[in-house]
Amino acid sequence: MKISVIITLKKDVLDPQGKVIHQTLDGMGFQDINEVRQGKYFEIDTKETDNDKAKAKVEEMCKKLLANLVIENYKIIDPK
Amino acid sequence: MKSSVITFPGSNCDRDMDVALKKFGFKNKMVWHADAELPKSDLVVLPGGFSYGDYLRCGSMASKSKIMRSVINFANSGGMVMGICNGFQILVETGLVPGVLLRNKFLEFICKNVFVKINDKKNKYFKNVDNEVLEFHIAHNEGNYFCTNDQLKEIEDNNQIAINYCDENGKIEDQFNPNGSLKNIAGIFNKEKNVLGMMPHPERMIDRSLSGEDGSLFFKNLINNLK
Repeated sequence: MKISVIITLKKDVLDPQGKVIHQTLDGMGFQDINEVRQGKYFEIDTKETDNDKAKAKVEEMCKKLLANLVIENYKIIDPK
Repeated sequence: MKSSVITFPGSNCDRDMDVALKKFGFKNKMVWHADAELPKSDLVVLPGGFSYGDYLRCGSMASKSKIMRSVINFANSGGMVMGICNGFQILVETGLVPGVLLRNKFLEFICKNVFVKINDKKNKYFKNVDNEVLEFHIAHNEGNYFCTNDQLKEIEDNNQIAINYCDENGKIEDQFNPNGSLKNIAGIFNKEKNVLGMMPHPERMIDRSLSGEDGSLFFKNLINNLK
């Protein structure tokens, strides 16, 4: 089963990379952007076949390694 | 005094640290990250570098390596653990010291000498250092210290800030902040002050012919405080 995770920076955390991307897009003519925030995307292929168990395991992975909860939020995308 | 320097894949200041520790009298051992047991030590150092290629987040992989379980136990039982640069990044990922180190504010790798002001001397790292201000070297891309408001309050209430970026006279101002760190923080302690994480490299300032000798002050004092 494949489970996806999206990690984003929390609202109050400065994202200088997102800011530079925003400025660059602005310079390219995409001038109606309010804000750009950069994040990370993971695809985890697990042997677990039970949906809920797999999600619980991935949640544990997020808390222990994939995200740093001081500055990041994680979102687990429901497996298809 | 016995010390151990942990080498992770991608560490690159481990041998500099070895030279510095030995120069000031430590009997130092190099310890590989995959080892389970820590040799008997009075001080454990997590050195600078790019452990695991800075994958995921700087220090995140190294913080989960085998030897770190022993290092965390050692720290929790009051052992002296010092993380320099990438070692600081590893320490925040273990949770031994609060906060995180973000990408530098202006997205540039910074490599230069800086001045830091010692904020707290009631600890074994800085006790009896005569100077208020030390000149150290920094070289990092992710040294922008950040923590939540609640953490900052706790850090300040417990006097856990070790050193702040400043000018040569010890003035702590925004213009002397190289990387955007909250409150110019360059290094912090855990609550008990046996664990110190800092971005500057004292091991690069131990020889007048190379760069300076404020690192010598630091190490000479450290070994005396541990005796």
